[in-house]
Amino acid sequence: MPSFDPSAKKMLLSGNEAISLSMLHCNVQIATGYPGTPSSEILETYSEIGGYAQWAPNEKVAAEVALGAAFGHARSVVTMKHVGLNVASDVLYTATYSGVQGSMVWIVADDPGQASSQNEQDTRNHAKAAVCPMFEPSNSQEAYDMVRLAFQTSERFGIPVILRMTTRVDHSKSIVQVSDEKLEALKPHFVRDIASRVMVPGYSKPAAKRLRAKMEEMAAWNSAEGPNRMEMRSTDLGIITSGISYHHVREAAPEASVLKIGMSYPLPVNLIREFAAKVGRLVVIEENDPWLFEGISALGIKVEGKYDPIYRFGELDVNRVRRILAKDQSPEPVPVKGRPPALCQGCPHRESFAVLNELNCIVSGDIGCYTLAALPPLSAMDMMIDMGAAIGMGLGLRHVLPREEAKRVVSVIGDSTFIHSGITGLVEMGYNRPSTGHVVIILDNSITAMTGQQEHPGTGRKLDHSPAYKVNYGEIAKAAGIENVFEVNPVKEYDKMKALVKEALEKDELTLIIAKSPCILALKSILAWDKANREKAGDQK
Amino acid sequence: MSTMNVKFAGLGGTGVVKASDVFAELVFELGYDVKKAEVHGMSQRGGSVASDVRYGEKVESPMIPDGEAQFLVVFAEDQIPVNEAALKVGGTLLSPKDIDVSKLPSEKALNVAMLGKLSTFFDFPLEKWEKILQKLFAPKFHEGNSIAFKIGREG
Ligand SMILES: Cc1ncc(C[n+]2csc(CCOP(=O)(O)OP(=O)(O)O)c2C)c(N)n1
Ligand code: SF4
Repeated sequence: MPSFDPSAKKMLLSGNEAISLSMLHCNVQIATGYPGTPSSEILETYSEIGGYAQWAPNEKVAAEVALGAAFGHARSVVTMKHVGLNVASDVLYTATYSGVQGSMVWIVADDPGQASSQNEQDTRNHAKAAVCPMFEPSNSQEAYDMVRLAFQTSERFGIPVILRMTTRVDHSKSIVQVSDEKLEALKPHFVRDIASRVMVPGYSKPAAKRLRAKMEEMAAWNSAEGPNRMEMRSTDLGIITSGISYHHVREAAPEASVLKIGMSYPLPVNLIREFAAKVGRLVVIEENDPWLFEGISALGIKVEGKYDPIYRFGELDVNRVRRILAKDQSPEPVPVKGRPPALCQGCPHRESFAVLNELNCIVSGDIGCYTLAALPPLSAMDMMIDMGAAIGMGLGLRHVLPREEAKRVVSVIGDSTFIHSGITGLVEMGYNRPSTGHVVIILDNSITAMTGQQEHPGTGRKLDHSPAYKVNYGEIAKAAGIENVFEVNPVKEYDKMKALVKEALEKDELTLIIAKSPCILALKSILAWDKANREKAGDQK
Repeated sequence: MSTMNVKFAGLGGTGVVKASDVFAELVFELGYDVKKAEVHGMSQRGGSVASDVRYGEKVESPMIPDGEAQFLVVFAEDQIPVNEAALKVGGTLLSPKDIDVSKLPSEKALNVAMLGKLSTFFDFPLEKWEKILQKLFAPKFHEGNSIAFKIGREG
């Protein structure tokens, strides 16, 4: 059930809901992605309100599917969180060369302040490096409007477009007025054009030149007609800003003139020059990296950025903007720490990590709910860097550590994370076998729990919970040359799990243990989805 | 009017976000400009959760600046120190101590009871509150919610 009525004209919506609604009004033919806070609700909501959406195994595959659809003259969307773009960046950096014939919008969600991410990277750097036009909404209405504008821009210039979101814009609610301007559905078809889509050097060199020419054209368009706004008030202070920072600025400095940038790549250079010439003190207010600051400084314009490096970290808010403008160097008030999250009571991950603690393992870990096992009281994970890394890092340790230590190394990875990027690690394990062997444990709780219970190719259900082919982890492992494969329930068969891991550690062989027990929080839903699917299958017989 | 700021806070799984949704939807339907902010994420796993609702003629930032909340509604006493900085000098703090928790039909209904308490500080029509509660909760909760809302108002 969607949390809002998609037929209403005016609603209170989160940024993510506004995006989904706009996608429906833009007749997006295919929307795909991989979950990641704060982006996950976009596809879920799109599906609930009647759009077609699917989860991919990871962001790279999702981006390729969406790109292929755009090559077929369709309108496509791919969603991900900021770190997902690292995985999919290989697609982006050359898709800007090829361009698209339908249209393609990349919805990428940054997480300044790291509400739930392993780093605080800034997607604007990717946009610039990949030469991809980028829009930055400040609220739900703009998110709604900019989805449409992003498609129009993608279609007009024949290029993929990034809609850069941040946690606050994704998850804050504000009022959205639905537009009467809807985009007609495109008619997918294929037109052969080898030179623009086969990016061998002979074709990609001229494509690179075409791309730069497109950017010149777009920069001029952005200055003249882009979604930017010059708000002239007192000319003593002029502030250039974008995204959520715009609203903090308006509240912190209501008298200041503001240049609000809605399309930040390519920069609206002429507009920035015009604004700079009109005001006295010129300040950039932005979250994350000093990205606008550096871009504007490079134009030879004298502008102040975040003078103090502390503002490079964390989100901005009204008080922080006041401090930046006042050049206040006093220490910031330290917020009182709330209660940290912990593994749920009854979470099956607890038992798996208790086993590893009992056996004194060195644990190469990964990302998911189970990363919480790194914190006290369990303190049972030794490293976590990026999705899928558990297997590779564990193998690296096995290759170099003295035998006694190497024998204690175990790689632990969630089921969704294994599908995302653990499979290639398993192939590496079969190919470059450490002399001490290795042990991988897949924590199969039958859901992508961390990001709010999304389906994946190992659950046997699609995004909308209808039935799908279910990947068999054990068969993948066997095909990759892993000789020992076991499945065990860590909750109901704790002792067996412990014995299996102990035995595997003693052998110089390759072992995969599938620790299978459902996420307690998702169990009720999983049972209901499976029941509904069985009933439907029964009806069809 | 100047912007009104109401902060809801508690632990994950206790209906903080739902309560703020009800209040935000209410003031939206009453015709105000509204913004609501919270950080989702790991909250399901029992961590601290807070949600800001701001309304007025025109609201800019969705986040309540420290020291500017007219109301702080907490669902667990131990969340007071974590959120106190938001409260304006002379602002109103509401906690489960302000209602008769023992009378609640279920622990789950605490969030609606706290909304009942909050409702006594505003002259919004009670039918409006009732209507929004029905809109945002599944029918099986309606009866328990009405009782909890009244208990909150009486507390
Ligand atoms: C490249 C990338 N994409 C997405 C995410 C967001 N993310 C973090 S963990 C996770 C999946 C966790 O699922 P699973 O491995 O099944 O573990 P569980 O949470 O169910 O225990 C996702 C999608 C990320 N951190 N990095
Ligand atoms: S949501 Fe599921 S996987 Fe995550 S901590 Fe709770 S029970 Fe464990």
